[in-house]
Amino acid sequence: MGIESYLNAILFGVVAGTLARLITLRSDYRQYPTYLHGRIIHLSLGFIAASLGALAIPALLELEFTAVTFLTLAATQFRDVRNMERNTLTELDQFELVSRGSTYIEGIAISFEGRNYLVMFTAFLTSLAYIAWGWFPSTVVGMLSIIAALSFMSGSTLRDIVEIEESAISFDGAGLYVDNIYIMNIGLEERQEEILKYGMGFILKPKNMNVIATISNLGQRQAILHDVSVTLGIYKDSGTPALTPLIKRDLDDGRLGVFILPLVHDAELAKKVIGSVPVLENAIKMPSEATFLKGGKK
Amino acid sequence: MIVEKAILAVITTKEEQVGGGAPIFICTSQEELELFSTNLEAIMDGIAHRLSDEVYIIVKH
Repeated sequence: MGIESYLNAILFGVVAGTLARLITLRSDYRQYPTYLHGRIIHLSLGFIAASLGALAIPALLELEFTAVTFLTLAATQFRDVRNMERNTLTELDQFELVSRGSTYIEGIAISFEGRNYLVMFTAFLTSLAYIAWGWFPSTVVGMLSIIAALSFMSGSTLRDIVEIEESAISFDGAGLYVDNIYIMNIGLEERQEEILKYGMGFILKPKNMNVIATISNLGQRQAILHDVSVTLGIYKDSGTPALTPLIKRDLDDGRLGVFILPLVHDAELAKKVIGSVPVLENAIKMPSEATFLKGGKK
Repeated sequence: MIVEKAILAVITTKEEQVGGGAPIFICTSQEELELFSTNLEAIMDGIAHRLSDEVYIIVKH
């Protein structure tokens, strides 16, 4: 096979891969990565990943087996992407009024790394299809891989695993309660009035046993608080720790009492926001999958 | 060991109930107690917690 068609195959792979990165790179309400520099960094890395993926097949066909070892280089490279994201976000987290928490940060960092691999696969498959079948099938394969990459991207959200209900907040002496779940002790009358005025309470009812373990994760809870305060605003400033949104757990049945202080006082909207919080990969637990419970291998 | 929480101040109208290492503010009325707690909360960036109607503490979280 001539160098011409290799060039075309690589070109197709690189374009499909870079396109995949462009599509999977989204700046949503989290505003991360921010325009424009953050995007450029990730597009460039996506381009590099795509080039590595696209080069693999031509290298193999030319019997340059050692050339494939550069894929290990890619793995190192993308692990660094994850480190970079983790470090940046951890640094920035100190200056958030309601922090993301390290579980959320790790989740974001992992998806940055993962998406680069998806880009590599897309480029790999596209160039393979070009060499095997020609340009048209290669375009189809490229598009299919991008669609597959997109479906890998979407995880489940809280709406899928819990029922969300609004609930009144109340004080019993100095104790703040959401439904019957104790949140914290607020001593000053003045603060209590503020909290009753601005605060909102929600109860998250787990739909099954696995969910109880997942939502009890502190990182998952922090993610809920962060997302809610980013989207609905927050009645809090530095130096007012009494005005801190909190989530506590009912020890009896694993329900969560969510106490928030949003600027936008709209219960339906708040429910929607809580429902759209991603279920963090690192928080997911599956007690029901324990093989020793199913009578399988111990 | 890292101590995450600390009592920064104790404010009370009942002197005989409190003692120990943290600064203690003894007030003569309930209004004064509230005022001291509010000010100390703002100054120390802590939270004023109520242990009983006579004893408030400022805690750094």
